[in-house]
Amino acid sequence: MNSKKNNNNDYSMYICGVGGQGIIKTSIIIGEAAMNQGLNVIMSEIHGMSQREGSVSTQLKIGDYNSPLLSEHTADMLLSFEPIETIRAIKKANKNTKIIINTTPIIPYSQNKKYPNVDNLISILKDNYKNTQPIDGNKLALNAGNTLSLNMVMLGAAIADNNFPISKNNIIESMKNNLNPKFHKINLNAIEKGYQWIKK
Amino acid sequence: MNLRELITGKSGDKQFLLGNEAAVRGVIEAGVNVAATYPGTPSSEIGDILSVIAKDSNIYFEFSANEKIAMEIAASAAASGLRSFTFMKHVGMNVASDSFITTAYTGIVGGMVILIADDPSIFSSQNEQDSRHYAHLANLLVLEPSSCQEVKDMVKYGFELSEQLKLPVIVRTTTRISHMRGIVELGEIEDNSTEDEVHWKKGMFIKNPSQFVPVPVNAQRMHIELIEKMQKARQISNNSDLNKEIKNKSNYGVISSSSAFNYAYDVIKLNNMDLSILKLGLSHPFPDKKVINFLKNLDEVFVLEEVDPIIEKELLAVIGQNKLNVTVYGKLDETFPKYHELNPDIVENGFNKILHLPKKEYKLNPDIEKLTNQTITRNPILCSGCPHRAIYYAVNKVLEKLKIPEKNVIFTSDIGCYTLGINPPYNTADYLLSMGSSVGDSCGFSIATNQLIFGFIGDSTFFHSGISPLLNAIHNKQKFVLTILDNRITAMTGGQPNPGIAIDSMGDEAPEISIRKIALACGVEFVRVVNPFNLEQVIKTYIEAIKHEKVAVIIAKSPCTLIKGLTKRPPVKLEYSNCTNCNHCIDQLACPSISTNDNKIIIDQSTCNGCNICVQVCKYGAIKPGEIK
Repeated sequence: MNSKKNNNNDYSMYICGVGGQGIIKTSIIIGEAAMNQGLNVIMSEIHGMSQREGSVSTQLKIGDYNSPLLSEHTADMLLSFEPIETIRAIKKANKNTKIIINTTPIIPYSQNKKYPNVDNLISILKDNYKNTQPIDGNKLALNAGNTLSLNMVMLGAAIADNNFPISKNNIIESMKNNLNPKFHKINLNAIEKGYQWIKK
Repeated sequence: MNLRELITGKSGDKQFLLGNEAAVRGVIEAGVNVAATYPGTPSSEIGDILSVIAKDSNIYFEFSANEKIAMEIAASAAASGLRSFTFMKHVGMNVASDSFITTAYTGIVGGMVILIADDPSIFSSQNEQDSRHYAHLANLLVLEPSSCQEVKDMVKYGFELSEQLKLPVIVRTTTRISHMRGIVELGEIEDNSTEDEVHWKKGMFIKNPSQFVPVPVNAQRMHIELIEKMQKARQISNNSDLNKEIKNKSNYGVISSSSAFNYAYDVIKLNNMDLSILKLGLSHPFPDKKVINFLKNLDEVFVLEEVDPIIEKELLAVIGQNKLNVTVYGKLDETFPKYHELNPDIVENGFNKILHLPKKEYKLNPDIEKLTNQTITRNPILCSGCPHRAIYYAVNKVLEKLKIPEKNVIFTSDIGCYTLGINPPYNTADYLLSMGSSVGDSCGFSIATNQLIFGFIGDSTFFHSGISPLLNAIHNKQKFVLTILDNRITAMTGGQPNPGIAIDSMGDEAPEISIRKIALACGVEFVRVVNPFNLEQVIKTYIEAIKHEKVAVIIAKSPCTLIKGLTKRPPVKLEYSNCTNCNHCIDQLACPSISTNDNKIIIDQSTCNGCNICVQVCKYGAIKPGEIK
């Protein structure tokens, strides 16, 4: 409650995708980097059944907040690792929310519903949320050296947002502190690829 | 962050910790000597971390066979003058409750803290019971943290309170608190070093039957002593800084605890609302005097809490006793729902309703709305290579072969990954109550019906509470087929060890308990151990088991594919020339490694675990086993 109040740095993120995509790790990296930059940060994650192909989401708020849960319509960024997970979380977004959406679907087993067409989904999103940016994260991750670095591509894309309150250096330091040194080179590469994709 | 930093972190350092990690740091700072649990979400990570760092922090730690045993270990350690910690999910408290309630009577010598993790909204449980009722039932103190910092601080302070009052203290979290991450400033670590031969300090139990043996004559006195202790506790609660006021000017106020306080605080602040807040960190015993003081100058009060209206009823009692003229808005008058967790939107709309402010609603564009209806739910599914899938497939095959109609069969299920049998195409979960209930429920259905009964229970759940109903079934001459899905781990909660494997909770070698021998000792005459992936053998065994006129036990033994360090089996190969794209493999198995693209079957080589069950299921011989290199 007595955190360093700085309204300019208030920033709320909703990060979503599917179990195994590295969403919680990505969120921890952002959270620790925020703390190291002297910002107040709080986050919520849901564990449990997520390992078994379930939906995974985290909510992260930087600023003078007590609750990590985002009210509807208040996300500054929706960072989505999977197309339909974006739609599942869409109530958190408003028309100014930066929506970064990975375009590769992970199609769940379903007996009666068909997975929506991804191009169509993105074009509807773009029509309604002007700051929507699709990204072929899986391809960029593969180019960076490993498909498993998808979460680092998405992290790089997130920090490229002009309003993102944490410096790229702090994010990279936090990444190094949280991930196996063996993969630092690939991860740095992946962060850079995501970053450049959004910047260009 | 490396988990070791939970030990090496210095006082004043700041760490970004999960609520459960903060609890572990609190345990370390309090110099705890003994800790025990049975794993359960959302408290599991506490045990996972303790199992790694226990030795380096001079703590004896174990995953007990069930929560009641964990409670008894903590109680005996505290009776021996040590500091002890036990923790469990809310439903685990039901199992532990028999001993738990009497620990309030006997009291303790060393400090004892019980962390109970509730699961409002039922993310990963079978109910959303509010464990604060247990504090009322047993007459014990409850601390309700709202932040990760408070989790650590309250766990540590709980030991001081416990020793001051000679009573166990409850720390009650919820999923949102256990799985919240926030900045925690570390405190000093109390010395718990030992010169004993083992890595934890040993205590000394000093005989005192009048305190520790609650025969009626003692228990009658103990209850009076407990009431007296709790009167002292109420004074502490009235004076505690954990129950604090955040003053504002209007005649409206909020009384709140845990996550609900966070929502209230943020909503009031963001909307510049003029409401005073009383935050209850020590909610039982209820701080009546502090509450009366808070109610001065207030006409109307909101109560925000999860899940049941417990604080609300206490408040109404205080208002009634003191004839105060205050209106209460909470769950009883349906300003807020009586079920599921709260969130900032629910809280804000509750405020707005009473304060005559407009309801906040955001309409989605119709195109987006349409898309939201197309989001396929990602039901958790059995992993690629999971042995449970093979068993469920085989059982369905057997019923088909013997032409037994579905309605004549009852599948009793239990708590574990295998509850996912509820989903199609398996449909092997018809009834479920609690840990071990598959066996007791099978007994009941055997008496009550003429249907064919299949029970499914995991190895860890069997050790937890499946054994006594099994011997009950034999003694009472019941008939069912019980499958013990022995995947060599407590899988659902993240892979903790159990008595069936040769390693203990701190990584040392340990005697392996044989499920087969237990079944035989219970008096089961038909006990077979099968390899779930040998479809022919499994089907044959089930047919024999069904013909057996008494209880039959089949132990399906194969390790969970998520166990680290298992030798990876080579992935299967699909020969497209033989594949007719009939979809039989998908429809029968629902394996995450098999999907279709443009109506063509695809088997994902990178995720296939080579269990080869699809090889046996394919009618056209199109799927071939992978070659071992």
